[in-house]
Amino acid sequence: MSETARESMEFDVVIVGGGPAGLAAAIRLRQLSPETSVCLIEKGSEIGAHIVSGAVIEPRALSELLPDWKERGAPLNTPVTTEEMLYLTETGSLRVPMLDKLMPHMANHGNYIVSLGEVCRWLATQAEELGVEIYPGFAGAEVLIENNRVVGVATGDMGITREGTHGGNYQPGMELRGRYTLFAEGCRGSLTKQVMAHYDLRKGVDPQTYGLGIKEVWEIPAEKHRPGLVQHSFGWPMDDQTYGGAWLYHFGENLVSYGFVIGLDYPNTWLSPFEEMQRVKLHPAFRKHLEGGRRVSYGARALSEGGLQAIPRLTFPGGALIGDSAGFLNVPKIKGTHTAMKSGMLAAEAVVESLAANQVEPASFTKRVKDSWLWEELRTARNIRPAFARFGMKKGALYAGLDAMIFKGRAPWTLHFKHQDNEVLKPASLCEKPNYPKPDGQLTFDRLSSVFLSATNHEEDQPVHLRVKNLALWKTVNWDVFHAPESRYCPAGVYEVVDEATDPRLQINAQNCVHCKTCDIKDPAQNIDWAVPEGGGGPNYPAGM
Amino acid sequence: MTALVLLDHEEGRIRQAALSAVTAATKLGDVHVLVAGADAVAQEAAKIAGVSKVLHAVDARYAHELAEPLAALIVSLAGGYDHIVAAAGAVGKNVLPRAAALLDVQPIPDVISIVEADTFVRPIYAGNALATVKSSDSKKVLTVRSSAFDAAAAEGGSASVEVVAPVESPEVSKFESVHLSESERPELESARVVVSGGRGLQSEEKFHILDPLADTLGAAIGASRAAVDSGFVPNDYQVGQTGKIVAPDLYLAFGISGAIQHLAGMKDSRVIVAVNKDPEAPIFQVADYGIVGDLFEIVPQLTEELK
Amino acid sequence: MKIVVPVKRVVDYNIKPRVKADGSGVETAGVKMSMNPFDEIAVEEAIRLKEKGVATEVVVVSIGVQQAQDTLRTAMAMGADRAILVLSEESPEPLAVAKVLKAIVAKEEPGLVILGKQAIDDDMNATGQMLAGLLGWGQGTFAGKVEVADGSVRVSREIDGGTEDVSLTLPAIITADLRLNEPRYASLPNIMKARKKPLETLNAADLGVDMTPRLTIVSVAEPPQRQAGVKVGSVGELVEKLRNEAKVI
Ligand SMILES: Cc1cc2nc3c(=O)[nH]c(=O)nc-3n(C[C@H](O)[C@H](O)[C@H](O)COP(=O)(O)OP(=O)(O)OC[C@H]3O[C@@H](n4cnc5c(N)ncnc54)[C@H](O)[C@@H]3O)c2cc1C
Ligand SMILES: Cc1cc2nc3c(=O)[nH]c(=O)nc-3n(C[C@H](O)[C@H](O)[C@H](O)COP(=O)(O)OP(=O)(O)OC[C@H]3O[C@@H](n4cnc5c(N)ncnc54)[C@H](O)[C@@H]3O)c2cc1C
Ligand code: SF4
Repeated sequence: MSETARESMEFDVVIVGGGPAGLAAAIRLRQLSPETSVCLIEKGSEIGAHIVSGAVIEPRALSELLPDWKERGAPLNTPVTTEEMLYLTETGSLRVPMLDKLMPHMANHGNYIVSLGEVCRWLATQAEELGVEIYPGFAGAEVLIENNRVVGVATGDMGITREGTHGGNYQPGMELRGRYTLFAEGCRGSLTKQVMAHYDLRKGVDPQTYGLGIKEVWEIPAEKHRPGLVQHSFGWPMDDQTYGGAWLYHFGENLVSYGFVIGLDYPNTWLSPFEEMQRVKLHPAFRKHLEGGRRVSYGARALSEGGLQAIPRLTFPGGALIGDSAGFLNVPKIKGTHTAMKSGMLAAEAVVESLAANQVEPASFTKRVKDSWLWEELRTARNIRPAFARFGMKKGALYAGLDAMIFKGRAPWTLHFKHQDNEVLKPASLCEKPNYPKPDGQLTFDRLSSVFLSATNHEEDQPVHLRVKNLALWKTVNWDVFHAPESRYCPAGVYEVVDEATDPRLQINAQNCVHCKTCDIKDPAQNIDWAVPEGGGGPNYPAGM
Repeated sequence: MTALVLLDHEEGRIRQAALSAVTAATKLGDVHVLVAGADAVAQEAAKIAGVSKVLHAVDARYAHELAEPLAALIVSLAGGYDHIVAAAGAVGKNVLPRAAALLDVQPIPDVISIVEADTFVRPIYAGNALATVKSSDSKKVLTVRSSAFDAAAAEGGSASVEVVAPVESPEVSKFESVHLSESERPELESARVVVSGGRGLQSEEKFHILDPLADTLGAAIGASRAAVDSGFVPNDYQVGQTGKIVAPDLYLAFGISGAIQHLAGMKDSRVIVAVNKDPEAPIFQVADYGIVGDLFEIVPQLTEELK
Repeated sequence: MKIVVPVKRVVDYNIKPRVKADGSGVETAGVKMSMNPFDEIAVEEAIRLKEKGVATEVVVVSIGVQQAQDTLRTAMAMGADRAILVLSEESPEPLAVAKVLKAIVAKEEPGLVILGKQAIDDDMNATGQMLAGLLGWGQGTFAGKVEVADGSVRVSREIDGGTEDVSLTLPAIITADLRLNEPRYASLPNIMKARKKPLETLNAADLGVDMTPRLTIVSVAEPPQRQAGVKVGSVGELVEKLRNEAKVI
């Protein structure tokens, strides 16, 4: 648009995204090489503003990065004390016995329940003390590629009107040029997607598969609060084809983290992840914790569930993919924080080496990953999630138990994912409609009052950042065949069908978007492209998220 | 204890909000009022129920209720009073904090409830929380929200009128002109009645069904975001979290479902009326009066009935 | 002419404040903080006056905790030239703020002080008027338009039901209302440059100002929830109720 008017600035390393991966990489870079200039941008209005996580975290990578994290006041304040895995039926629940043997990946002793947003804010102060330049409120909108080498990113223009013209307070974006660029955008990064396509980084690996996590934070009466309690569930209300389960963690000052993760390879187009997460709260096993409390926050985010088989080539000329951008999440554990941090640290080491040797590609990153505990951990876990995809929930769980007890993750085969998540949705006529209860305003709520609690906002006068490539396709595919699944899977009520009876049209309320990326993943025709909106827009998750 | 109320007026009439300030002051003790302006206003003030004395300042410098001379005047009179009160309107908010600073007092704005002579309730965070605050100052300087106190009766009192001499004040400000908006429709944010439409209005053309009703009521017209996004009305009609925040005496919502983001902009209205064909619409949870039905039938009937 | 703009760090206006369970206040720990929106408008106006050649320097001041320097940096990224941070405990009252600002004014000798009309946390709408009182300066509150001519400033003020124009002798105080202007974004290059602009830190105590609050918070509560009213059967019934019961028409 106005390429010539853009200012630019040179750094040794540019990092896109201020989650655990990007921040750990930034810290490691300055620890190893204090004269390296490091610039990190984050699209949220502040660090942590867009972070949604459980989160029970393993402190392993953190202890390697900042061994004295306790003394430095890291917000890891609630150690896990009790844990339960429940198999739910509609009204009852069974506790899984011998959890540590059958589901060793779910064992959480030594771990902490945290607000990952808070941990990120703290990591950012550590990084800034080490001299990292952090710029929240700026989104990487464009990858700069010159002579087939990534040479940095450009931030988006600000003040473009809805029609695409320059508004009164127009500000051109800025080029942040780096000898190396690390993409730490988390799951389904919008620039990562372009880099993967440009360098064909996914060649020869399984398609990535995803989950959608929807979370609420509750404040409950002090007498009910049991800090350190971790409860997971599977079974009801998911059918056998749908991978999903709920979590509930007691942490902090009378806070409870409650949420639901559902595999985005679900086939039923009528399914609504939001309403599933709402109705699980009505189950006695969850209700008893939340009753009498008040909901204080809401958020949603996709996560990468492909594991080892879906990890793409990690490096390319001029940079690397780290954290959930690459897909380093340990799926059966639903933990990706320690792996994201570890991958960031290893990438930092590779980059420091390449800086010194003046190499184009920080290629040693891949070897460093393969030699680390990170790889070993993902390798052990590699068959569990695909087993659920292949055998269904019950047999998948059985497989997971066997895999753990007998093979200890070392089975001599590897199960593969065959389909992308958008390909498995079934036509509306072939699916059964779930019967979701109406929100009661006490335990369960509607989407809009939920989005309200995410403090989401976007400058209204800007181009819609959810780009439907071909509107005609929406009518013939999304509406005629699948009956607008986006109006159900979007956890923020962005997609609405108006004039349903007369002349159905898609209304996009872009202002509501919480940046979970589900539409970019699940749209049946891959017809929706999630692009970054103006920096600073999106949710403003408070402490506790 | 005696309270002094600054009685603001417009075009020779005492403002309704000032009468509410009188009511608030009666809860604090004997009430004197200060009138800076024409004789007629002072005479009117003497008739307000509950007022025992009118202090009347007649001098050109007070003609336009400028803060600099008025604050100095209040300070000169303050000695005899425990409380100094005004309505939380443009005049009170302009003048009282200045007077408070000169008296070395921290003012207490927007009071909605008087707990005790030194303890008051006031909204903070745009009304998202109510703070009860206790003042340790020897004098209390407060502005009060008229929506929280009934207006004192304009008739029934017989106060004495005492003329007070002007006092010196820095001559640093000069009144130039005033422009009261004369558009047919009042402004959304200050209108006493707001007629608002949502997606239920269906089109730009049909949205005009609200015009005659608004004309009849002398109301401003508002809208939901869905109505704005659908192109029925321009952006500046939007009421809600990301639109205008209104608190009229009467808010009429037609074809608006009542999403929390819309409620955030109008829930402090004194009376809310909702018309919606869906009996489960959340708007009914905040409406004082609701009609379940088709707005295209109800709006014309209502307009007719009110004429 | 120099312009001083006081800016306050407040809970971001996108965040719905949550009253603490114990009623002692509003939760601010871990909550996103930003510059008071009215102060952004004030900063913008000062910068525009500088761009027009009316002002020579824009100095921003904040009274508050250490983190308020982020707010000052934002103001400098918008275009203010330098900043003064006066360290003080969490939330000083307008009276104390005005006294601190009076001391700053004595030091800086500005021709104009432009404040926000109110801070969106305590909603006091008082500081500008109080500062004007302490200094004996003229005040143009709730400004919707500002024009500086030699030795004076004409301010169009937003009043109940319209606008009022006043002229003030300089130096003077202005408080910014919503319609005064639309503040610019702080661009990334300017944020980078703002890191190098001067920021002076003072202590409120060193200025000889007694910061002891005059108001104590007894309690903070959620406002009462609105209750659902009645459904009426006909338009006639509605009009009757509005007339005789609610008395709003
Ligand atoms: C619901 C849920 C529950 C989870 N529970 C756990 C748990 O209990 N334990 C655990 O260890 N892990 C958990 N995880 C996984 C963990 O949160 C992630 O693996 C981890 O956050 C990944 O870190 P990251 O830095 O790679 O990405 P993210 O944490 O996603 O951070 C990416 C950052 O980059 C920013 N960004 C993205 N694109 C751009 C751009 N173009 N320009 C600028 N900024 C950009 C984003 O706003 C974001 O702040 C959970 C995840 C989810 C969704
Ligand atoms: C960040 C954010 C900010 C937002 N800001 C705002 C804001 O400032 N203001 C705002 O309004 N919204 C805002 N919203 C949007 C808000 O969530 C709702 O989507 C919006 O208010 C819905 O508008 P509506 O009630 O007109 O439409 P709908 O929800 O579609 O409701 C239309 C209603 O009309 C009724 N109806 C239809 N036909 C008739 C008829 N013939 N007779 C009677 N009734 C009929 C229907 O029953 C329905 O209840 C915001 C959302 C977000 C996420
Ligand atoms: S629009 Fe897409 S990215 Fe945004 S909240 Fe909805 S599904 Fe998530």
